[in-house]
Amino acid sequence: MAETLVQDVEKKGTFEFGKKERKLLTDPLNENNPITVQVLGICSALAVTTLVFPSVVMAIAVVFVCAFANLFTSLLRNAIPKQVRMIVQLVIIASLVTIVELVLKAFNYEVYKQLSVFIGLIITNCIVMGRLEAFAMANKPWQSFLDGVGNGLGYGAILIGVALIREIFGKGTLFAGSPIQMNLIGANNVSTQYWINTAAESGIGTFFSWYSNNNLMVLPAAAMFIIGIMIWWQRSKYPQLVDVS
Amino acid sequence: MHSTAYIIKFIVILTGTVALGLTGLREVTKGAADRNEAVFNKKAILKSISSHLQEDMNMKVKDMSDEEVIDIFDSRVKQYVLDMDGNAVDEAAVVAAGHKGGKAENVDMAKEKKKDEADRLLPLFVYEKDGNTFYIISVRGNGLWDEIWGCVALKEDLRTVAGVSFDHKAETPGLGAEIKDNPAFPKTFEGKKIYGDDGTYTSIVVRKGGARDQTFEVDGISGATVTCDGVTEMMQRGVKYYEPYFATIKK
Repeated sequence: MAETLVQDVEKKGTFEFGKKERKLLTDPLNENNPITVQVLGICSALAVTTLVFPSVVMAIAVVFVCAFANLFTSLLRNAIPKQVRMIVQLVIIASLVTIVELVLKAFNYEVYKQLSVFIGLIITNCIVMGRLEAFAMANKPWQSFLDGVGNGLGYGAILIGVALIREIFGKGTLFAGSPIQMNLIGANNVSTQYWINTAAESGIGTFFSWYSNNNLMVLPAAAMFIIGIMIWWQRSKYPQLVDVS
Repeated sequence: MHSTAYIIKFIVILTGTVALGLTGLREVTKGAADRNEAVFNKKAILKSISSHLQEDMNMKVKDMSDEEVIDIFDSRVKQYVLDMDGNAVDEAAVVAAGHKGGKAENVDMAKEKKKDEADRLLPLFVYEKDGNTFYIISVRGNGLWDEIWGCVALKEDLRTVAGVSFDHKAETPGLGAEIKDNPAFPKTFEGKKIYGDDGTYTSIVVRKGGARDQTFEVDGISGATVTCDGVTEMMQRGVKYYEPYFATIKK
């Protein structure tokens, strides 16, 4: 096992960054997006996108897990016995997720509380496992690492995009729960029907004070619609993505 | 194709490395994580008297730093653990009941909720500063999807609610989760009474469609009826647990 590891490091050579590597990073952002094209990782995209701030944390966590799971799997790819490769991949993913969880618990406990379940569920996020099987098992470590970063970013971009729409129209705020929380639209003072106005406490003035929050936006169903519209828009712009079968 | 011996060797080495690495990381981060958790719990308790603290220190609980929370808690809050008859329980008994640390802040209400009603332990926090006394009690019940819990602060007369703070495990954001996320909801509990003028126990009702009785009821959250009913149930049952204790003070 040690021998194959050494061989791998030698074969990897320099960290070249040519056209192919760039493509590995940019492809998942658009034409091969994990959510809108590969349709992986939908569940967490529906669940965590009510607020922008947790979505950003989630995106960072997935980029980290995806990139390093790809890297380690690729490093070990010749040593991993084919019969148990899925289990080995799971061990790698699970340990990375545990690292994320421990670090978050020590540095930002409130976000950890907010995301606790979903961080654990990165283990079952199909994007990570999918990239390990489809890419890292057959490619060199550096390329695999970039592929992981690219797919993590592609996932994160959709996540944050959906969260932006949902938070602004569902709660009238932006980055709620983070130090830079701001109220964007909707009433700013406590009305008699206090539930209309979720962000009663901030000092920053808001636009469109007549706006009352759309409760549909905070439900997972809203993410379904938004992702659906994104897929529709993307496919009408890139007809080659349309599955003709 | 690899041999079985190779597979076993590979797996043992892999899991061994991973286990060692993660244990190491856990040991390194444990101190910070435990401290964060303690501060988080203390903050939740202090939030129930946030109105008073705002007046007293001109500061919101959520803006307080970790050190300030610990400082306020250590200098002004005394904690006791009670049994269902209202008697104080000593630390050893609390530890024996499965709560490491033995203080009221260590009492895991989720564990207590699983026990028979007669065997439960009740955490009690008494805030005292410059003649202001608040009795902060802990309640726990069920929301729509999972458990909800909260702290209820009572004024010295043990009849008027000084404030509440709620939290939940899995209520719907924007609907049931508003019991925590919307600062206006807990605020409506302030000044409500849990006993009538004649001393009968009423606790507080979260009324769908708006409060009918300004003394004992608060407005419900539209679209979150089940969660609000859960809050009502929790307030009715949870506050009553402390009645034997209240009786000992009132004497």
